[in-house]
Amino acid sequence: MSDFSVIGKRTAMVDSSGKATGLGKYTDDFSVPGMLIGKILHSPYPHARIKKIDASRALALDGVVAVVTGSDAPNKYGILPVGHDETALAVEKVRYVGDNVACVAAISESIAEKALELIDVEYEPMQAYFDPEDSMKATTDLIHPEKPGNVEKDYHHVFGDPDQGFAESDVVIEGRYIANEVTHAAMEPHCTLASFEIDSITGHPGRLTVWSSTQVPYYLQHKLSIVLDMPMSQIRVIKPLVGGGFGAKSEIIPLEIIAAVAARKAQAPVKITYTREEVFWAHRGRPRTIVDLKTGVKKDGSIRAVAARVVQDGGAYCSYGVVTILYSGALLGALYDIPNIRYDGYRVLTNKPACGAMRGHGTVNVRFAFESQLDEAAARIGMDPAAIRNRNLLKPPCLTVNNLRVRSYGLPECIEKVVTGSRWAERKGKLPRGRGLGIACSHYVSGAANSIIRSDMPHSTVNIKVDRDGGVVIYTGASDIGQGSDTMVAQVAAEVLGCSMARIRVIAADTDLTPVDIGSYSSRVTFMNGNATLRAAQAAKKLIAEAVAKRMNCSPEDLIFSGDKVWKKGAAEESAVAAVAAPTVSGHVDGQILRGSVQQKRKDEGVKERMSFEEAVVTAMDIQGTLTGVGSYAPPPDARGGKHKGGGVGPSPAYSYSAQVADVSVDEETGEVTVHKIWAAHDCGRALNPVAVEGQVIGSVWMGLGQALQEEMVWKHGLLMNPSLLEYRSASGVESPDIECYIVESIDPEGPFGAKEASEGSLAAAIPAVANAIFDAVGIRLRESPFTPERVLAALRSKKAGAKKLQLTRNFDPENPGSFREHGGSLCFKGKGPVRHALDPAMVRPGTTADSAEEMGGAD
Amino acid sequence: MSKILITLNVNGRSHEIACEPNTLLLDCLRQDLGLTGSKRACDDSSCGACTVQIDGVPMLSCALLAVSCQGQRITTIEGVAEHGSLSALQKAYSDWGGSQCGYCTPGFMMTVNALLSETPDPTDEQIGAALSSNLCRCTGYVQMIQAIKAAIRAEQEGRAAKRT
Repeated sequence: MSDFSVIGKRTAMVDSSGKATGLGKYTDDFSVPGMLIGKILHSPYPHARIKKIDASRALALDGVVAVVTGSDAPNKYGILPVGHDETALAVEKVRYVGDNVACVAAISESIAEKALELIDVEYEPMQAYFDPEDSMKATTDLIHPEKPGNVEKDYHHVFGDPDQGFAESDVVIEGRYIANEVTHAAMEPHCTLASFEIDSITGHPGRLTVWSSTQVPYYLQHKLSIVLDMPMSQIRVIKPLVGGGFGAKSEIIPLEIIAAVAARKAQAPVKITYTREEVFWAHRGRPRTIVDLKTGVKKDGSIRAVAARVVQDGGAYCSYGVVTILYSGALLGALYDIPNIRYDGYRVLTNKPACGAMRGHGTVNVRFAFESQLDEAAARIGMDPAAIRNRNLLKPPCLTVNNLRVRSYGLPECIEKVVTGSRWAERKGKLPRGRGLGIACSHYVSGAANSIIRSDMPHSTVNIKVDRDGGVVIYTGASDIGQGSDTMVAQVAAEVLGCSMARIRVIAADTDLTPVDIGSYSSRVTFMNGNATLRAAQAAKKLIAEAVAKRMNCSPEDLIFSGDKVWKKGAAEESAVAAVAAPTVSGHVDGQILRGSVQQKRKDEGVKERMSFEEAVVTAMDIQGTLTGVGSYAPPPDARGGKHKGGGVGPSPAYSYSAQVADVSVDEETGEVTVHKIWAAHDCGRALNPVAVEGQVIGSVWMGLGQALQEEMVWKHGLLMNPSLLEYRSASGVESPDIECYIVESIDPEGPFGAKEASEGSLAAAIPAVANAIFDAVGIRLRESPFTPERVLAALRSKKAGAKKLQLTRNFDPENPGSFREHGGSLCFKGKGPVRHALDPAMVRPGTTADSAEEMGGAD
Repeated sequence: MSKILITLNVNGRSHEIACEPNTLLLDCLRQDLGLTGSKRACDDSSCGACTVQIDGVPMLSCALLAVSCQGQRITTIEGVAEHGSLSALQKAYSDWGGSQCGYCTPGFMMTVNALLSETPDPTDEQIGAALSSNLCRCTGYVQMIQAIKAAIRAEQEGRAAKRT
């Protein structure tokens, strides 16, 4: 039986009724009096100098209040202190199709849209770079002049002795893997409403309030302060309900700053909501990645060495890029015991929308390569794919070769669960041709041990106020974006205080009201904000316990808080009976704030053995005056990683683990891959709310399947070919397989009640699990994702003697991918296509030639 | 474009609204009536977040002109709760994790609600076919389908959906 009364129970989200009734408010649901609508003018060129912007015709239009351009807010910002390379609106030049050029604030959306067409911008096109490997050779027209070779950042790490490791390996496998670009496509388009108020003392515009769909309200406050030259204390950021983030809202999206800049110039509140197409341009998703991977294993299955060279197509700005490229290398460790690692990572700038953090940040594409190659290694030495994974387990507590501290490690149990669940031993290798099973594992951090802005500040802080009415209000900076952090903090506080969830009210993510929390990203919230809540609740409980102990004539340690009651140890059985007999012992005292204390005293003269929660609170307030508890969390120094350059990214106080088995069939006629079922086991430490954990795990696996099967951003000359949910092919319920989730609880010594990460770690394993299952089904090893029918068919045809080769685009071989291709090799454009607009970059890009027939379409 | 006066029956109440003839029903509901439960998410009628019921039939309010809905019964997510409490379906969505970020939830509610009033005991295929009109990026649909089935059981047994 569980020792807990609130946590570990399937609990409905505290905000779920608002979502089910439509009464919950997201940013776009707000409007304020006098509010204007902002619309942004985007660049039609991938790389061009802005010679002139003339907005006079737009300003003359009735209903247009203001037009802002780059010169209205030229201060540079960026989410990383090393990557301040963005401006709210383009200054001097544009760097991708869709870059932000100007913004119109008008009294209606249609007038603002009309005004955009009246802004005259003169561009001078420059050489543009779309392929990261080409971009690295650039000498002229650099995307950012201070970044030679268009390389944002490169890292070269060696841990152990990889050469020695490969020398002692019996089998060494090398291969190039390419994972194409994917984006978050959260259901809620980005939205920001910015409003200034006039300061009563000075009589001039003063404080700024911003409502925004953000995962990081405190970073937004910080960046607004940089760009607007305002003190942070004068900026209030409020995060209403957020309709999904997945990383898309974990940094500052231009519209968040543009809305504030426009509101300042227009002297009126401005709301900007992106269209879906703009959301795709804003992007910040997972970059196209080339992974050249080499793995050495011995005949007994032990991995001796891994070498990876990773090139990421980062887009036009740094964004989270430096962190992404570091995660890709650092998280080669901490899943298996790998004694020797070499890592060379290149984050490259190209003239495309910036890539950033997306669920499974940095690990996913490298994990796809690694788990696929491990499968190949197992096949070469004749070992079962599940067995080779079991052969290479870590032995925690331990430090990995790259200095990651691992304490709780549920991977063995995860593998066991999915192997049993999928009847792996009975079915693997015994299914008819065309059907197969594949296994893969992955892991992720429970928050980064080092925050983006290096400081000794705690990463999470929480205040709790307990009042005379017996209500508990939690003030937390944690940003609930649908993952359920508000529910999590309520559960943790209720568990500690021994009160019911109904007493708890959560005030979250409002920089005026709540103490600092650095945001919802890298799966840090349960671990860090959960720990801060735990400590705040313990502090409040201590005050109550001290007062109650006096009344009960015992020591505070002898008190038990549970089920809205407080009692003395030993009186437990008796009180349990009494509780049933007289459930409302506090009766009318409940909520009678004014008379409560007096009545209480009269009624309760003498020593008591048990009290209701309200009585306990009133007793404590009589002695303490006010009842508040504060708590904070900062990761301990020994979890903060090695001292090497870039060693700050990757370390986490705890890691989650995941193992998955995919059951797929491949139609050899059409190339279509159908996933029948996924068994997914996730080690999340203690599951504080199993329904939320399962939701996060299933959602992660599903998103991984999207990247595995059909989701892909398709580019042509820097223009996104599929900027809509339909063309991006987000799966509906019909295309989505059953996903069976197993929760594995390796209680972490440092997590709140032992809890760890649950929201991201399962994503990465889904892709290689499917790749490995496809290999099991039809014997093709797809090294380029997603595994679309075109790729599957091309690989099948190349195997088949005498069959006509499927030439979708030049040099297309999904089993042996060379470099990136326009079209991504997925969509097949035959013929000349539609007549191009004069401003189409393909028409004006210097040196562009018409596509050859070979490149344009299939010869099939 | 000058405005015209129209009358819309929304959730059983009549509203007189002055709007431009090209105003979408979605914008009219959200901006003129303040019924912000119906969401805009895709701009190309592919996601279903704006689904409302017109005379009981689930339709995309982003693909309808407000003027064309006069004289019809419009039901939005704000009109779904029963007797001031959550309907069985809404309760089941809460209990089973049917919504995470919740942005797609109103649209799904309107779709599933219509399915269940037509077909009180749908097969898995019928549920799948109905859900295919809406997109969700959080849940992977698994818990959503569990919630729908729980709601059907609860309705059949005449009790509130409760996770046991």
